[in-house]
Amino acid sequence: MTVERVISETKDQFPIGMRVLAVDDDPTCLLLLETLLRRCQYNVTTTSQAITALKLLRENKNKFDLVISDVHMPDMDGFKLLELVGLEMDLPVIMLSANGDTKLVMKGITHGACDYLLKPLRIEELQNIWQHVVRRKKFDRKDRYNSGSQDKPHTEAAGIGNVDQNRKFNKKRKDQNEDEDEDHDENGHDNEDPLTQKKPRVVWSVELHRKFVLAVNQLGIDKAVPKKILELMNVEKLTRENVASHLQKFRLYLKRLSCVATQQANMAAALGSVDSTYSRMGSLNGLENFHTLAGSDQLHNAAFRSFPPSGVLGILNTPAGLGMHGLPSPGMIQLSHVQNSGSTCNDQSKLQSFVISGNHNANILQGMQMSLELDQLQNNKGVSHIGEQPTANNTTVFPVSVSLIDARITGCSNNPLIGIKSKSLMLEGSSQQATLHASASNLRDSVSAMGYQNGNNLSDFTSVAPAPNQLWDSKADLQGQACPISCNAGQIIRSAPQELNDPRKDAPYQLNVLCSINSSIPVNGAMVQLGQCLDRNNPILCRNMDLDSIGPPNFVDPLSIKHGEGDNSALESSAIEKDGYLIVQPRPQGSYIPDNIGSLEDLANAMMRREQDKGKPANGDFGCNAYSLRTCI
Amino acid sequence: MLGLAADRLRADMNRLLAFLFHQGILDEQFLQLQQLQDESSPNFVSEVVNIYFHESEKLLRNLRSLLMDREFLDYRKMGNHLNQFMGSSSSIGAKRVRNVCVAFRAASEHNNRAGCLTALELLEHEYCFLKNKLHELFQIQQQRVLATGVRYPM
Repeated sequence: MTVERVISETKDQFPIGMRVLAVDDDPTCLLLLETLLRRCQYNVTTTSQAITALKLLRENKNKFDLVISDVHMPDMDGFKLLELVGLEMDLPVIMLSANGDTKLVMKGITHGACDYLLKPLRIEELQNIWQHVVRRKKFDRKDRYNSGSQDKPHTEAAGIGNVDQNRKFNKKRKDQNEDEDEDHDENGHDNEDPLTQKKPRVVWSVELHRKFVLAVNQLGIDKAVPKKILELMNVEKLTRENVASHLQKFRLYLKRLSCVATQQANMAAALGSVDSTYSRMGSLNGLENFHTLAGSDQLHNAAFRSFPPSGVLGILNTPAGLGMHGLPSPGMIQLSHVQNSGSTCNDQSKLQSFVISGNHNANILQGMQMSLELDQLQNNKGVSHIGEQPTANNTTVFPVSVSLIDARITGCSNNPLIGIKSKSLMLEGSSQQATLHASASNLRDSVSAMGYQNGNNLSDFTSVAPAPNQLWDSKADLQGQACPISCNAGQIIRSAPQELNDPRKDAPYQLNVLCSINSSIPVNGAMVQLGQCLDRNNPILCRNMDLDSIGPPNFVDPLSIKHGEGDNSALESSAIEKDGYLIVQPRPQGSYIPDNIGSLEDLANAMMRREQDKGKPANGDFGCNAYSLRTCI
Repeated sequence: MLGLAADRLRADMNRLLAFLFHQGILDEQFLQLQQLQDESSPNFVSEVVNIYFHESEKLLRNLRSLLMDREFLDYRKMGNHLNQFMGSSSSIGAKRVRNVCVAFRAASEHNNRAGCLTALELLEHEYCFLKNKLHELFQIQQQRVLATGVRYPM
């Protein structure tokens, strides 16, 4: 009885009972901190060692709500601990220090601390720290909504008092927000309402991320500070904190990408341009959220592996991204942060990769990398990498399978081929405004090669970027080079439908071009399909169609898989939320696939049919495997 | 009689505290410590302060040994010790000690060994003074407890 009473008493009393982990090597401060926290009625665990703290956190990720840590510790730097906690457990971390030097504070913020307190600590300061937990919870909640799971991690916790109260708290908030949340379930575009009190979380949609990357580019990655980024982005209701944490992840992402990029560049060089060389850069890893970044090495390897054989690399699948639901990762595009660095798509196969990286909530789309793999289409290599997915992590998976579709593109009448709008279109400067920059040239070549046969300018691939427009936009913005594609992509996509209807069109391909912005790796013809269900009604998929039913088999299964998964409803959910699937832009705001596009299934079928009809794709073909457009997401 | 003693003790304590605050030896952070002391943690202040003493003496010893070392070059290490000393001192409200630490840190940042030595001397002096005064304070408090303790049954 007593216990029950206690529980019920504490249930609604968040922040009472909030579970805090306090780390400080100075025993005086630690005791003081503990006592202060207890006085605020939090549930406190203390340790004087960062390593112990990590161990405690790792043991059970749901054991704590908040971490407070000193900056200067003998066994591990406080910033390092901060980073690790942010990445692994995604808990809010507050830094403590006797030293209030601006540089240090800045460092704390950039590493993702949600607050930086100075010693001596006062109880008033500690009485408000629960707000950081609430903020995160809100974001999480949104995630869960989207992913269909309404449970907050806290609710799963075994603990009683705290857990219950958290659950209760969450539930209450959930109820309050439910209506709004449901409407925005797809959450594709948080631009409409990125952050409001009602909307618990910030979803880094492609659009948002694009702005973010733009801002960062403008400022220069070294000088980008959350405040300025926030100002440049000029998005309402986005807080500096959101930007700061996003920035942190972005930076980490870039770091990893740059490693990969070098590798890929080498690879590309080695492979030569004409053929399938395609090194996808970071796009492969993209998508995955940062968590998976760790696994990116794998991805990269995977990517590389995929390249050589097929020459077409279409996919960025990063295992992480693909992870969703066990879908084969291929075709998943991993979104990684958009890389600011030089996307040089110049060579013939330029890959522009958009990387959309899912974000820490595992569904945030950070950036999209789309890699275009054009040229290799000629080789008919399908994009195959989709298969690579080594380990699908569910975080941020964006199943974007880029499949370069045969230049013939597809006339899928009902396909949402959106993505397909081949780059070639763009590249060639044909009807589409292909302005791909650097890659454009390559693309052009490849595109034309692609054999855009029907005369539609839709060339093959479309980089269907998830959220086509958005992706493209962001892509474009990011890199300049990629931009054109993206713009075009969007347009192309839109126009595609018309052309798609033309039965003579070649099998549509989905252009999941991943433009690797940063990478200058030539893109293989492989199409990267972006499987994304962007549109709630029409899943946008970049279907990788195998134009001539050749092409690397690995290509694009994921697309189908993805698609298979789904139903549109699945797609609808904000892409991001879907585990493992990154659907970029849950709501395609009319960006791509026109309404005439039917369900993914139809599209897929159509495409398949077309492919078969088509026969061998022209040399421009990317040789995408036929996939049903399921892709996606 | 006992009551008088208790009152006297209380007066002594107040006077001492007033003196310490006035001299800047303690600041309002110490008051926070006192406020944190309650039935659930009746000896909180003395606990914390004793830990502080223990740690500080360690730090002072380290600092001294660092400075006495002829080949001393590692100002960064000294900086770390100082940082901790500063943090703990400010946490309990030892204002003067903390201020000396600040000066000490400035000297160490300039690699000014002589300045560091001077600061260390000053630091040790301030620390000793603080320790004495706080001991005195605790003694008075203990006596007060005894005095009032005795009073209760009456």
